[in-house]
Amino acid sequence: MTATETLTLPGAPRVQAGADAPGHGEGGPASKRVIVGYGFWIFLLSDIIMFSAFFAAHAVLQNATDGGPSGGDLFNSRNVAIETACLLFSSFTCGLSAVGAGARRMIWTQAALFVTGLLGLAFLLLEAHEFTTMIAAGAGPRRSAFLSSFFALVGCHGAHVTIGLLWLGTMMAQLVIKGFRADIERRLLCFNLFWHMLDIVWVAIFTLVYLVGGAR
Amino acid sequence: MFGKLTINAIPWDQPIPLIAGAVVGLTLLAVFIWVVIKGHLPYLWREWITSVDHKRIGVMYVLLGLVMLLRGFIDAVMMRSQQALAYRAPGYLPPHHYDQIFSAHGTIMIFFAAMPIMIGLMNFAVPLQLGVRDVAFPTLNSTSFWLTATGALLVNISLVVGEFAQTGWLPYPPLSELPYSPGVGVDYYLWALLISGAGTLMTGINFVTTILKMRAPGMRYMRMSMFCWTALASNLLIVAAFPILTATLIMLVLDRYLGFHFFGNEGGGNMALFINLIWAWGHPEVYILVLPAFGIFSEVISTFSGKPLFGYRSMVIATLGICLISFIVWLHHFFTMGAGSDVNAVFGIATSVIGLVTGVKIFNWLFTMYGGRIRFKTPMLWSLGFLVTFVIGGMTGMLLAVPPADFELHNSLFLVAHFHNVIISGVVFAGFAGVVYWFPKAFGFRLHEGWGKAVFWCTLVGFYVTFFPLYVAGLLGMTRRLQHYDVAEWRPWVLAAAVGVVISGVGMLCQIVQLVVSIRDRVALRDETGDPWDGRSLEWATASPPPAFNFAFLPDVKGEEPYWAMKQRAIETQHLAAAGEYQAITMPKNSATGFMTAFFATVTGFGLTWHIWWMVGAGLVLAYAGFVWFAWRDEDEYAIPASEVQRIDGERRRAREEWLARNANVSEAA
Repeated sequence: MTATETLTLPGAPRVQAGADAPGHGEGGPASKRVIVGYGFWIFLLSDIIMFSAFFAAHAVLQNATDGGPSGGDLFNSRNVAIETACLLFSSFTCGLSAVGAGARRMIWTQAALFVTGLLGLAFLLLEAHEFTTMIAAGAGPRRSAFLSSFFALVGCHGAHVTIGLLWLGTMMAQLVIKGFRADIERRLLCFNLFWHMLDIVWVAIFTLVYLVGGAR
Repeated sequence: MFGKLTINAIPWDQPIPLIAGAVVGLTLLAVFIWVVIKGHLPYLWREWITSVDHKRIGVMYVLLGLVMLLRGFIDAVMMRSQQALAYRAPGYLPPHHYDQIFSAHGTIMIFFAAMPIMIGLMNFAVPLQLGVRDVAFPTLNSTSFWLTATGALLVNISLVVGEFAQTGWLPYPPLSELPYSPGVGVDYYLWALLISGAGTLMTGINFVTTILKMRAPGMRYMRMSMFCWTALASNLLIVAAFPILTATLIMLVLDRYLGFHFFGNEGGGNMALFINLIWAWGHPEVYILVLPAFGIFSEVISTFSGKPLFGYRSMVIATLGICLISFIVWLHHFFTMGAGSDVNAVFGIATSVIGLVTGVKIFNWLFTMYGGRIRFKTPMLWSLGFLVTFVIGGMTGMLLAVPPADFELHNSLFLVAHFHNVIISGVVFAGFAGVVYWFPKAFGFRLHEGWGKAVFWCTLVGFYVTFFPLYVAGLLGMTRRLQHYDVAEWRPWVLAAAVGVVISGVGMLCQIVQLVVSIRDRVALRDETGDPWDGRSLEWATASPPPAFNFAFLPDVKGEEPYWAMKQRAIETQHLAAAGEYQAITMPKNSATGFMTAFFATVTGFGLTWHIWWMVGAGLVLAYAGFVWFAWRDEDEYAIPASEVQRIDGERRRAREEWLARNANVSEAA
């Protein structure tokens, strides 16, 4: 404690003690980058909690097939495997965009973002294909509570990816026009976090809904 | 073209909502015309509607909360008078209307009265107490407020356009499913809560980030004021609980709009799932409301006892303990569902434990007062009224926590009396205490003390006369939400409760008189120094009302109760600490984003409620356009020049120097 107590006039700007990063009590408010990233993390945690409510509903309702098809009857593991590959690889390219932004390479950043978007789009199209096939076969969300919870959970993830793509497109345009400005960089950081979170949620969906549920 | 909306959506045959709607509409119109004619519109737009200043947003939140409190109270008056009349008689409210009233009462009181008042007070006081200039995300803060206002607006539109839910404040399925609630009432409820819930979630994110990442230099965790601690706990609960509400309501939306089978009778739906999910949010919600209330009482009791808060560390532990345990008691809201005696026992014990932790707080407040020099100002009266009343409510809660007893008392008026007992004494009293306590900080003058005391006594007595008879009626077997009844033993207690509501109503009138009288006498009630109550935390270190930047220099915090230490040093040395060199301060720019987002959210929510799909599409597209427009701006901050900072802070220092000199003369004369 004594090490951090520096003698200054009350009210005067404080001399910062080395070990005390801003935001940890001694050094005053944290930098904007830390605040934005931290706040976005808190948002992502809340989003994960929302997903967990849908997961809980799915866990409760997964056997409520009402005499209709179960996961084993419906899921096409090849389709899901391709979807998963698209999304995981898009997370990699999304990471590359962060590297590109760090190196201030506009073309590389944009290219990585573009590929991320394409892979996201491919994922969405595959998901739409899966949904329409199921609905056409009479296994839509109205068929049973199990299918309601399936469409809600996977659809909620799909809606997140859609919003992510809209955000991605908007931000690519911003990046072209405004360049690597501090606030744009913070948004890129948040987008990266968001996209990786969608991956984490997808891994849970893949495991619990498709692998465990497909064996049912 | 207009979906389900036709001219018959307006209840032409029901005079009560029509007249009420007309009166409110005309009042709003008159206020608006007055504002336009007087030329206040640009001022309102610039200084309030587009303001991202946490103090302004806090004031608007509290104002919204108080107006909605009045609306919810009118619902209460109607329910109590209906029951007073409806003994072996139909009364004056048909069941369809009565059911909407009790649903609206609960929804409005929790979401649009209690929540905005608590969030408003947090908005106002937390950044000041942390010694910083704003919250982490000021524009998001404004958006949160306006989305809450959107929710309130949608609920109130339902008064005259269509109907409100007839399901109670939590729309239990299968009643809330389409076959049993085919009207738009539940839809109004769902969209109002989804929209305002998004706003609340953003508030939670904003305040957790603010408290954890933005504090004045030296403000370690164990130096934060108790209100900041409780605000942190409350906002952590918001972040952890509100997403569950959102998910649950979305599932109900899917059931109602797209024929899903989450909670219905068909297709294997599970209504117990809804009830578990909604209370997994609903019980933490209780603590989201009451934890900041505990913080307010801590501040008030410590200030008006002239002592530091007793057992600060145990208070912090108790607060975080409540934060945690609040997530493992939800099942006590439905012991009667039949989860089995083992499960019920676990939740019954957890419920008793949370009561125990709250008990720690009660003793801390008592010991804070012990040996103190207590000043019985209005905020302190509210705190004392709270202590006595809340302990009684807590003890009836302990009765309900015992599952076998709960089987007798479930859904009776005993339960209704219990939760009003804890919510009114906990949250409403705290809201009023907080408003009186921080009013001079916000506006530069105190509220009238005499009228404040009148409000307190009427509200306190009104509460006891209303709800203690309801405990008895509940024990006599009277269930909640009865539109009419024919049991003679209940009648005297119901009549007594009606008398209580009249007394509370007098309290409400006194509230309005207090405000009018205080504004009239504002010169006499002026707070010259910025420290009207001899306070202890940092908000009292700045002027009343505080400048936009709160503090010319971020305070240098050296221990608990930083302002008290500063003040004692100044009194000892007869000098304020020397000012440093003034520098320009950058502050966030005003933004219409919040207001615009809320406008489009209102359009979208209304369209969704009435199935007007073009309106939904237009609302969403325009909201996205507004979002891009906001994201595209190049400057989001402006600088207040050093000379201006020096002038403003100079005034504050002069007032304080004068106060020091005056007090020195007093002590010499003595």
